[in-house]
Amino acid sequence: MAGSGTAHLRADDDVILRVEHLQVEYPAKAGLKVQAVAGISFDIRKGETLGFVGESGCGKSTTGRAVLQLPSPTAGSVLVQGKDLTKLSSRDMRRERTRLQMIFQDPMSSLNPRRRIRDSIREPLTIWGRDRGDGRQKVDQVLEQVGLDAAVVGDRFPSELSGGQCQRIAIARALIMEPALLICDEPVSALDVSVQAQILNLLEDLKEQYGLSMMFIAHDLAVVKNISDRVAVMYLGKLCEIADAETIAKRPAHPYTRELINAVPVPDPSIRRRSEQKAPAEVPSPLNPPSGCRFRTRCPRAEAVCAAEEPQFHKITDGHYVACHFPLQETPMVRTSAEPVGV
Amino acid sequence: MTATTQPAAPDTTNDREPLLVVDDWKTYFKTAGGLLRAVDGVSLRVDAGSTIGLVGESGSGKTILSRSILGLVRSRRKVEPGGTITYDGVVINKLSPKERRRYWGKDMAMVFQNPMTSLNPVLTIGRQLTEVLTLHLGMSKALARARAVELLESVGIPEPKKRADEFPHQLSGGMRQRVTIAIALSCNPRLLLADEPTTALDVTVQAQILDLLDEQQSARDMTMILVTHDLGVVAGRTDTVAVMYAGKIVEIAPTKTLFTETRHPYAEALMRSIPTMDAPNHTRLFTIPGRPAQLTGEPKGCRFAPRCSYAQEKCLTEQPPLVAPERPDHSFACWFPVGTKPGQEALERNLSAGQTAAGTSMSLMTVLGA
Repeated sequence: MAGSGTAHLRADDDVILRVEHLQVEYPAKAGLKVQAVAGISFDIRKGETLGFVGESGCGKSTTGRAVLQLPSPTAGSVLVQGKDLTKLSSRDMRRERTRLQMIFQDPMSSLNPRRRIRDSIREPLTIWGRDRGDGRQKVDQVLEQVGLDAAVVGDRFPSELSGGQCQRIAIARALIMEPALLICDEPVSALDVSVQAQILNLLEDLKEQYGLSMMFIAHDLAVVKNISDRVAVMYLGKLCEIADAETIAKRPAHPYTRELINAVPVPDPSIRRRSEQKAPAEVPSPLNPPSGCRFRTRCPRAEAVCAAEEPQFHKITDGHYVACHFPLQETPMVRTSAEPVGV
Repeated sequence: MTATTQPAAPDTTNDREPLLVVDDWKTYFKTAGGLLRAVDGVSLRVDAGSTIGLVGESGSGKTILSRSILGLVRSRRKVEPGGTITYDGVVINKLSPKERRRYWGKDMAMVFQNPMTSLNPVLTIGRQLTEVLTLHLGMSKALARARAVELLESVGIPEPKKRADEFPHQLSGGMRQRVTIAIALSCNPRLLLADEPTTALDVTVQAQILDLLDEQQSARDMTMILVTHDLGVVAGRTDTVAVMYAGKIVEIAPTKTLFTETRHPYAEALMRSIPTMDAPNHTRLFTIPGRPAQLTGEPKGCRFAPRCSYAQEKCLTEQPPLVAPERPDHSFACWFPVGTKPGQEALERNLSAGQTAAGTSMSLMTVLGA
């Protein structure tokens, strides 16, 4: 994995976000640098949801933040409808950010605890001079769109609401600016499963209503698969594979993607997937990433060429790209039926 | 294991002795809003050598129940108004804290959710392991040290000798959880309680930790209680699953039966609200309207009724008992169970009325099989 290249980028007018060779570095101890994102490229079409999945530390959240220039990437370009955000002054960037909104993991801490819900949602309108006396009406409208009763929650404080309600409010606050792109960073991982389903359905509804384009970042492959049109798999700062959600789930070409799929617990007692790999799944330090393909230290298919050469993205089928020297042909899913569980 | 409403009744289907029997156990807390019923009358029988999964969302009481079994709930606001916990024939809930401690380590051990906070950051891994061994088993320092290295090796930690001299922050999250498992296993406990042992971990690491718990359990013939919010985690790894809602067990059955013959509407909804890899993308997810139940106040009727698509008048006034009408090892607490004639009729009545007896609009419900 750990591949580079831009073969998977699409050249059409519908692309709303085009990121090329994005690189984010953080200073580390002893003058060293950590490459949290090490040169990745991707694009998102209008009305499309691109899911990002990977283990913690793979750089998926950093990628989302780098699109918003929070912080600015060390290298690479971020084009939103043709405009390169990395070249904008901070003043212009602020203006541009209104069209790019973000939803965070912990809904409680992303809302000001001392501000009433209605004020939190209305603030962006005030700041950008879009509140022409109809602000309150707009707020109530957007609250209704996210499934909340404005009369009930409008005058409350975040502490009086549940996690699911707070996440709906965070979504309302993002939507009120009518964004072109919504970046969701683990928006459901802090929620209970029954609430998680409500929020995922809501995001789908809103996407349909507004033709929203979304970048959806999560560690749960099943969640990402459900909501995304396309899925990008990341490992240690690099992209491994990108394809439509169905292909990722049914015909993964990258050994890492398959490992992720096999690890997803299946809520069916008759299916039991066993991890192929017995050695502890340790991600190498990003301070000193492996040469060549970054996944080779965990890869069952690794050979000498994987250490010597970094794999480049290449096409498997239409829309399915992988960065691997030895991509999987078919899917030998590791499935063994467990014996019926008796007492 | 089975849960029965009359635990005194002999269970002839089972020749294994129960290691742990929880009978009508209650843990309440005094709060400003009234008495909070965190665990509200739970009965549970755990057979030696079996694995039971306790599944529920936040606030269901699964964690408080598992901590009550160990005697770890320490709060001045705690009230334990009734019930008994019997371990290996001894009623342990009435024992003094000092006597209770004797059970820790050797008889019962616990693995906690967050390996970052359950290890002492200023002591080496080896020190934390040997402490248990010298304290509970009276080993000498040298012997304990050798045993600690052995334990680290058995939970799959590479270079155990070197690791024993390292501090928790030098290890990854998965490695740290392996260490807490090694500590929990160090005195060969007969009962292991694992409270969300993999929730803080990556999915690839989760699979390995669950495999490790599996292996250790069968190798040691240990009894295990696996507490989790994830039905996927319990599906392939438990003998029995108990689904909890608002401090009560709403359904308990052998794992396979629970998944194939689900009877409680909450258990059904929980199962269907999880996105799966097999369903096509953009599949509309099953949702449960509303939010988890308030746990304060005397429950009137079924706690799940306001969120239930089957709810009838009876559900609002009468609490359904946990009974086993179909087979002795499958109990559920519902007046109108899923997949039965009364359940189907209740659902149809609500559909034609447009709302449930609790006043919840049916348009909020994702109705299946209607």
